[in-house]
Amino acid sequence: MAEFGFGNPEVIEEEVDILIIGGGMAACGAAFEIVRWAEGQNLRIKLVDKAALSRSGAVAQGLSAINTYIGENDPADYVRYVRNDLMGIIREDLVYDVGRHVDDSVHNFEDWGLPIWKQKGDEDKSLRQGGKPVRSGRWQIMINGESYKWIVAEAAKKALGMENIQERVFIVRLINDKNDPTRIAGAAGFSVREHKLYIYRFKACLLVCGGAVNVFRPRSVGEGTGRAWYPVWNAGSTYSMAAEAGAEMTMMENRFVPARFKDGYGPVGAWFLLFKAKVMNGAGEDYSTLRADLIKDEKRFGKYGQGVPGTCLRNHIMLEEMIAGRGPIYMDTPTAMAKLAEKMTPKEVKHLEAEAWEDFLDMTIGQCGIWAGENIEPEKTPSEIMPTEPYLLGSHSGCAGVWVSGPTDIPGVPKEWSWGYRSMTTVKGLFTAGDGVGASGHKFSSGSFTEGRIAAKAMVKYALDNKGWKPELERTVDDLVAEIYRPVKTFLEHKDYTTAIDVNPHYITPKMLQFRLQKIMDEYVAGVATYYRTNKKMLEVAEQKLEMLKEDSLKMRAKDLHELLRAWENYHRIIAAEAHMKHIQFREETRYPGFYYRMDHNYIDDENWKCFVNSTYDRNTKKWTLKKVPYVQLVK
Amino acid sequence: MPTYVRTDKCDGCKGQDKTACMYICPHDLMLLDKDGSHTGHPMKAFNQEPEQCWECYSCVKICPQNAIEVRHYADVVPLGASVQPLRGSDSILWTIKFRNGNVKRFKFPIRTTPEGSADPYGGKPKADMADIDKHDVLFTKSTHAGDMSQFLAS
Repeated sequence: MAEFGFGNPEVIEEEVDILIIGGGMAACGAAFEIVRWAEGQNLRIKLVDKAALSRSGAVAQGLSAINTYIGENDPADYVRYVRNDLMGIIREDLVYDVGRHVDDSVHNFEDWGLPIWKQKGDEDKSLRQGGKPVRSGRWQIMINGESYKWIVAEAAKKALGMENIQERVFIVRLINDKNDPTRIAGAAGFSVREHKLYIYRFKACLLVCGGAVNVFRPRSVGEGTGRAWYPVWNAGSTYSMAAEAGAEMTMMENRFVPARFKDGYGPVGAWFLLFKAKVMNGAGEDYSTLRADLIKDEKRFGKYGQGVPGTCLRNHIMLEEMIAGRGPIYMDTPTAMAKLAEKMTPKEVKHLEAEAWEDFLDMTIGQCGIWAGENIEPEKTPSEIMPTEPYLLGSHSGCAGVWVSGPTDIPGVPKEWSWGYRSMTTVKGLFTAGDGVGASGHKFSSGSFTEGRIAAKAMVKYALDNKGWKPELERTVDDLVAEIYRPVKTFLEHKDYTTAIDVNPHYITPKMLQFRLQKIMDEYVAGVATYYRTNKKMLEVAEQKLEMLKEDSLKMRAKDLHELLRAWENYHRIIAAEAHMKHIQFREETRYPGFYYRMDHNYIDDENWKCFVNSTYDRNTKKWTLKKVPYVQLVK
Repeated sequence: MPTYVRTDKCDGCKGQDKTACMYICPHDLMLLDKDGSHTGHPMKAFNQEPEQCWECYSCVKICPQNAIEVRHYADVVPLGASVQPLRGSDSILWTIKFRNGNVKRFKFPIRTTPEGSADPYGGKPKADMADIDKHDVLFTKSTHAGDMSQFLAS
């Protein structure tokens, strides 16, 4: 037998009871919860991460706040807040469930060593002991979070045991059961370090690989491509793998377009909430107050612009300002800091300045690089803010994702929202959490960890109920190896046809394929190029172009394992992008003005569209089926 | 940017098969150039795809030689500034050099417990298998109380 090498990987097959795919907050929450329930049950549990657990997922860089901590509030208030921000359509059962469990997760983070800011006099008290946190908003608490993920991963590693954690293996395919296509039985992927291909068989798996970034052309296209707001390694793998396994998706039309400090995408939350800063247009006008009436037009925005406007509506006012040529839009940091300093000692002012910098240094260091490079000191110079390129996610201020089974004990929940196992998708044995769960946004880091815990408990129950069941894969090992390593084979077969390694009629580089995807999405599916505007005809064009892109994805090349990683990430991006486009096409209204506009239906239409849009993908015919699912209000 | 690796400081993690930066980068960007064929600098690491760098500083913070720095995105940021951390076991020191020469230094705590001491289950209960079907509790049984009259169906 030939030696294993590039193009000829060693195939490693392993059977476990439960596989956790991903390494972010949801995966760590699952690791923490699952070991307790699995104790003494003789279950084999494994976690596979394409990166290293200490710095993987959306919290890799750290965070300056935990955005979901219920504390003195009622979980029902949290539901009302999320419902309002996501324009009326959420799964209230799922959101309530996160709300009632999330604080315990935060208390655990503090036990493990995460520094959480406390109010004066409570500095030595933990949250458990009744210490009052420093709130930057009703739901947010401030932390010294540089090592947030490091600390959480440390606990997760100890809980699960490093011998049960496989780092640097990228799972790219889920495999359904041979005898029951509505059931999941395995997953396959490859090592990005060694010439090894892994095939896992299992009873249940938790698919938690984050949201989708770099699906749209980013505003910075040189080196700055990497400075996405959400982590650039979130490649839509959760959505793509779930959809191709047959899982029902929900609200994939939703997206998040955060307004952030321009180019660095540094956080604005603390500036608005903690430092009370205001935004202004190029002429120095407080445009959001001046033109607050823009969203009061009931014909266009229904009742949604009457109370506290959702994030998308605040974006809408900013976009109107930019389109009218009244930019740039600024965060007036000097005025905010001067106002705060009025009642402060010089020492307190210095502390305030440090807090402003820490906000960036904990979670968006690149923004400090921009400020330092442009000689911006926030107490002296205002900074531009800008809406970013669109992102697909389910844990932050968005709600794209998979349709999952909810809790059964919430009053008034429709029976069809729960099919036995909490957090299970419509595919038996396939569970998800965090960015994976649709119609339940605003979970953030703590809520994603918590959703991982909720799913983990249910997976143990599922595995125990199916103890005697043996997974059999519907695809052969040879077939999987051929598919996963196709980009390598394509490269080796054709590389000597031309003198230039990147220009070859027989293949496309993953990078060029990504550029093509981004161009299509940007120009036709409401990216920044059109000020987030699209219509039926533009979507039709996108549909055709994506179709051909999907065909060409089979011709991606991989000249090394790193490029094989990129090839599969970009394949996942295409499927996530396609889901997004199909959902926008189906929903004939503009539910999220400020995030995107269907110009041919440029109004909120509660009468016809106050409902979920759910879809399924047929992996054999490669066709999507979409439908409306009634929204049901549970909380007053 | 991207991160860059200083030739005068990187020691390739002393010839181990993987370097600290390769180990930690969430996006698989850092690569040890064993024979120098990529960079002309054998046994030193480099960022193989700078336009995909999130500037998350994971490699900068973990490098035992402090050999990794960041030259901020050249298509966006004027030259001459730098933001450099020194991450210790309980705090992190930041030095920010502005293009105009100004310097700011900050020190922030990063954890309250010794490195490696996080005990996931210290002082926490075992799971009660009688609760496995209940959606209102996790193993810690610390569910937030809620006013059930807030539900329409209450």
